[in-house]
Amino acid sequence: MAEIFEYAPAPESRSVVTLRDTYDLFIDGAFTPAEDGTQLTTVNPADETELARVAVAGPVDIDRAVAAARRAHENVWGPMSGLERGKYLFRIARIIQERSRELAVLESMDNGKPIKETRDVDLPLVAAHFFYHAGWADKLAHAGLGPDPRPLGVAAQVIPWNFPLLMLAWKIAPALATGNTVVLKPAETTPLTALVFAEICQEADLPAGVVNILPGAGETGRKLVEHPGTDKVAFTGSTEVGRQIARAVAGTPKRLTLELGGKGANIVYDDAAIDQAVEGIVSGIFFNQGHVCCAGSRLLVQESIAEELLARLKTRVTQLRVGDPLDKNTDLGAINSAAQLERIRELTDSGESEGAERWSPACDLPENGYWFAPTVLTGISQAHRVAREEIFGPVLSVLTFRTPEEAVTKANNTPYGLSAGVWTEKGSRMLWTAERLRAGVVWSNTFNKFDPTSPFGGYKESGYGREGGRHGLEAYLG
Amino acid sequence: MAERRTGAKKKQAGTDVPSRLAVRKTYKLYLGGAFPRSESGRSYPVTSADGDHLANASLASRKDARDAVVAARKAFGDWSGRTAYNRGQILYRVAEVLEGRRAQFVDQVMTFQGATRAEADRIVSATIDDWVHHAGWTDKFAQVLGGVNPVAGPYYNHSAPEPTGVVVVFAPQNAPLLGLTSVVAPIIATGNTAVVVASENAPLVAIDLAEVFATSDLPGGVVNLLTGRVDELGPHLAAHADVDALDLTGCGQRAVEFEKTAAATLTRVLRPGPEADADEGVWLNSTPGTTRLAAFLETKTVWHPIGM
Repeated sequence: MAEIFEYAPAPESRSVVTLRDTYDLFIDGAFTPAEDGTQLTTVNPADETELARVAVAGPVDIDRAVAAARRAHENVWGPMSGLERGKYLFRIARIIQERSRELAVLESMDNGKPIKETRDVDLPLVAAHFFYHAGWADKLAHAGLGPDPRPLGVAAQVIPWNFPLLMLAWKIAPALATGNTVVLKPAETTPLTALVFAEICQEADLPAGVVNILPGAGETGRKLVEHPGTDKVAFTGSTEVGRQIARAVAGTPKRLTLELGGKGANIVYDDAAIDQAVEGIVSGIFFNQGHVCCAGSRLLVQESIAEELLARLKTRVTQLRVGDPLDKNTDLGAINSAAQLERIRELTDSGESEGAERWSPACDLPENGYWFAPTVLTGISQAHRVAREEIFGPVLSVLTFRTPEEAVTKANNTPYGLSAGVWTEKGSRMLWTAERLRAGVVWSNTFNKFDPTSPFGGYKESGYGREGGRHGLEAYLG
Repeated sequence: MAERRTGAKKKQAGTDVPSRLAVRKTYKLYLGGAFPRSESGRSYPVTSADGDHLANASLASRKDARDAVVAARKAFGDWSGRTAYNRGQILYRVAEVLEGRRAQFVDQVMTFQGATRAEADRIVSATIDDWVHHAGWTDKFAQVLGGVNPVAGPYYNHSAPEPTGVVVVFAPQNAPLLGLTSVVAPIIATGNTAVVVASENAPLVAIDLAEVFATSDLPGGVVNLLTGRVDELGPHLAAHADVDALDLTGCGQRAVEFEKTAAATLTRVLRPGPEADADEGVWLNSTPGTTRLAAFLETKTVWHPIGM
């Protein structure tokens, strides 16, 4: 389908971001270099240019940060009244709103996701998350968790690269509202917005040690979650690492919440509003380049409408604009890293070699950077790797079904259980389906919606515990 | 290891023969609503608190454990899909049938555990009352633990608790009736199905309780009871990929090991609490809260747009 009209470039200005050459660790309220001087380089995945050098926390730094968090918990943050704690969080939320354009641009540069998403989804949700939890700080006795719920102490938190600042908010806002202090490790490839958040903590006069930010790779994360000085571990990331953490935490008194992988089914019944369903399928798998644990990566479409739906889907996907993340018209940005791009390629190729039919629209991908065209795989059986394994990229696996029972059986035929979608105009069928899906979040006639009041988390091997809403507080209270 | 019934108390031939020989009960497993022996054909002797031989219990094998998980999985869809009201009716029926047999259970607690009549009476009464208590929870926990979420947009959004699935319970070792009830009732009240490893040294009353389940309209497979060794059954159940959650209350020293094993499939784990090794008296004085209900529930959040 020919383009109806050309788009002129509409780049968001980078001038709002002042990059530093190097970024240090944030421990006990101050920026400090790593004890052993180790640094990592973070690059812009859209063009592979170096953005900054970032300190990598080692064992000594982790010791210092955990000790600072403990002191802050015992001396300041724990004894503080809930109202006062909440006021700090309100203040942080306001500063995030004030600096939201800077953070959105920086996030797009460090992560590769389109500015349209960082500006309109990530940042508004980050601010909302702090606002929501700020208000809980002085109302914990009414949260249904007993008359006097107590904070656990020091929380070790490890977050992924797909929504760097939003995942930080999901971790830090509830921990702080409930009176815990935190040591957080951002992802190796996306540490920058977390370090700007550290500046915001300073700007808000948050007491030293309440928030500590320790960039690093897997080794830093492993040492942090295994550190004996913490009371709580919260992790968002791969199921494989989640298993290792669950093992490491066994035998300790620590509490654990895990938000892991998924292979979400998006079920489209024959009576669905088809254009709305197509929009939902697109946002389900192509939002954030498919780097979404709750992505609707398995489309389950009723056989009788499969042909028509796929034709409309392909027409729609052809309209997606892939390219410069800072262009305001971009729908799909860059893949976050070379390693992730390799994984997406390997799995997608396996789909082809196992017999799937592979389709992508014609699109010019930039020469530099990490790019993958939106892809639809059809002719897939449940046994194929692309129907079972999380690809974490812009690749949709299409399966069909005949009866509602078959749809539910296929949807649940996975060790994961994070998200699912249902598209039907019939309310009773929607509720019937939602009731039977073994998934923590069910989007009906919508997809990939998030809100701080709405608990998020998985069944089965997608992890345990919830983040957000009243339910999310439980993870940080004893 | 207890002695089997031996000739120690042998009477001289022809003396002291009862006018009517009592019929002894063969203690078997409770799997999928039936009472099979262990497929292994093994049994082990069970003695009273005084060391007297009481009976031979089935020594469940790894295969029995797998069969129990299969039975629990098979029962899960029906049990979790029933109305909360219906589950409440059935749990109340358990209390009714147990009340009808209270004399039997009081005698058993006295014989098996060496309790005085007054103690046994309190334990059995509390056990019956615990079933009544949990019968009332079936149609209330969703309102207490769930709710509507005021999202910032035109969406209806609610969160409701759902049962986790198949729960393996290592029942308290020193509280074989009330302790077992206190851990199992909240699990099935919320729609889970259970595989219970009964107290190793005092398993008989659990099988007697299974007879109550079997006559209370509790569908077969909702509760499956294994008698045997935690050391033998535990590692397999902890590693079983079709087990969704573990209650480690009665597994003693092996709790950490089982938790590590369970990590491989991200099986939910309830760690042993302070009451783990307690006798019935401690369970008698504890108030059941929502902790054990919530431990084996998942939260499902459903979104739907609002529009004309």
